[in-house]
Amino acid sequence: MAARHKSVETKYMEDREAALRGLRGLDRRTFLKVLAATTGAVMAKSLMPPHSFQLIEVANAAPDKTASAAGMAGKPPFTFAYVSDTHLYQRTLNQRFVRAAVKAVDDVNALDPQPDFVLFGGDLAQLGRHEELELGRQILAELKAPVKMMVGEHDWFYDLGDAWQGMFGPPNYSFDWKGVHVVVLMSVHEKDFWTARKMTPEQRMHTVAGLDNGVQSRFEVGDDERKWLAADLAKVPHTTALLVFSHSPLYKYYRNWNFWTDDAEQVQAILKPYDHVTVIHGHTHQMLYNQIGNISFYGLLSTAWPWPYAPTGLPPLTIQMSRTDPFDQFDGLGDGRINVRADGLADKIYSLWDRNPVTVKADYLVSHGKIARPPAPQFASY
Amino acid sequence: MTRRSIALATAAGCAAIFAAVAYAPRLRAQQEPPLPVHQVPDSKSGGTVVMLCDGKTGVEVKGLKPGESMPHAQAVEVARQLMGQWRREHPNEKWEMAQQEHQTEQSSQPRPAPSASRATAVKPQSKGTQQGDTYASFTDRDYKVWKSETDNFVEQGNQLFHDGAALGGTIGVSCDMCHPNAANTHPETYPKYQVQLQRVALLRDMIDWCIENPLKGKALDPNDTRLRALEAYILAQRKGVALDYGKH
Repeated sequence: MAARHKSVETKYMEDREAALRGLRGLDRRTFLKVLAATTGAVMAKSLMPPHSFQLIEVANAAPDKTASAAGMAGKPPFTFAYVSDTHLYQRTLNQRFVRAAVKAVDDVNALDPQPDFVLFGGDLAQLGRHEELELGRQILAELKAPVKMMVGEHDWFYDLGDAWQGMFGPPNYSFDWKGVHVVVLMSVHEKDFWTARKMTPEQRMHTVAGLDNGVQSRFEVGDDERKWLAADLAKVPHTTALLVFSHSPLYKYYRNWNFWTDDAEQVQAILKPYDHVTVIHGHTHQMLYNQIGNISFYGLLSTAWPWPYAPTGLPPLTIQMSRTDPFDQFDGLGDGRINVRADGLADKIYSLWDRNPVTVKADYLVSHGKIARPPAPQFASY
Repeated sequence: MTRRSIALATAAGCAAIFAAVAYAPRLRAQQEPPLPVHQVPDSKSGGTVVMLCDGKTGVEVKGLKPGESMPHAQAVEVARQLMGQWRREHPNEKWEMAQQEHQTEQSSQPRPAPSASRATAVKPQSKGTQQGDTYASFTDRDYKVWKSETDNFVEQGNQLFHDGAALGGTIGVSCDMCHPNAANTHPETYPKYQVQLQRVALLRDMIDWCIENPLKGKALDPNDTRLRALEAYILAQRKGVALDYGKH
């Protein structure tokens, strides 16, 4: 207990010490910038003595050649939040998942300051029905911050995306945000397994909705969208930080459950020339992170149910989420936020419901686990 | 039980099995080569022809529609007729009555099954092993039947595990949604004290808990085939994992 609950004084002194350590790494020019920013922060918050010394975060404020070249220097860092994998049925059938989705929206709305935007990580619906998507759209409409939508397989395979695209537009798109290039992919295409089997739309959706249903195909970004991605990135300098959102992990974790993207290596090859790439994905419903070359991967929490860790293929850098309590609807679930730093790397906070939050710093991944190791679970999987 | 009644019961059981095999849906026909099945002639009266194990001797049961079951007394009578017919057609042959008789009258070699041309031979036994016990006389076909029965039961559990409504669930949730391939059900750790239930729990207690809570259904009766099939499926997914009761 004592170690976790620090007094205000202790926290203050630790922050002060950290700030001073950071300042030692600065050159004169950057120091003046920090000084100006500090003064600005003090003025903006109307903080006057007795707060004689006000701190701002200076971690990684030391000159970064990459960031300077990319034009990142001086760009303000930003935060975005996420809600993912709500798996909504129609309201009349299932209130359980509705309650959870609303809880996540309330969480995000309570953030102060508000995030720049909210990423929805896919699988808004459970069985791809228009009514389910519409219910989700209404719930997400309560978010104060703007929402960036991503599609998941549960949204898609009833009508092959008609309803979803009618509501939210094209499933893959890109935009620039405070010096970072953001790409949203539709990574859950599947090769046609339904026509030859004469499946109805309901059967097709039901097949894809079964995680362990081996009849379906493996997820893929696909030829067309990889070409689109390459073309989209053609105008983006390699020094610009990239944020990529995909519903499935853009690597190969566990094939049987489609914790997997079949053309992951080809997508990674397109992202390889960039200095800093962060891939944020849904679908896996668990704390999950990985580093492959220049690419950091983070898996999002679900609001509906947690998935078990797969029997094989777990990335060695992932530290498992402590075992979830089946008797608590909200345990192991949650939402979260991602702090994009001035250097373009991203720190991630798992805002777990009914347990303490867990931060996964970018430094942990890019150092391949040498520093900033997240806490170990009390109880791992069976 | 007299020898005669044993033989009759055996024959009745035999007849029932073949009637079942002839009409059971072949759930696993795609996965495994089909088991040998006797060709049962069509009934002339619109009833059912019940065959003896030899696959040749048959009795017509009038009025018995495919899929219907006979009352026990009628089944015994059908078995009696089958045996009578077989004896009339094979006046110089003896029907296997019991293992003991078999051991005393025959050499140490087990006798081939009645219809040697169709059934698989008894597993070969080497000299110097004990003979005449129950398990020594089972054939490869027996093992195949048992495996098929077991796999079918596990498959029933598999279907139920992926179909919340079939378990009485009311909100669209099914077991596989949290437990793909029954992952994280750890049946090998029961019985154990489940603190949330304030008692020692068995796997079935946890199954019932999940049906009542996430699925919003009603707990199943302990003898409900669905509960037994679910247990079968969950346990089958952990084949080879060491039992470790009480593990937390």
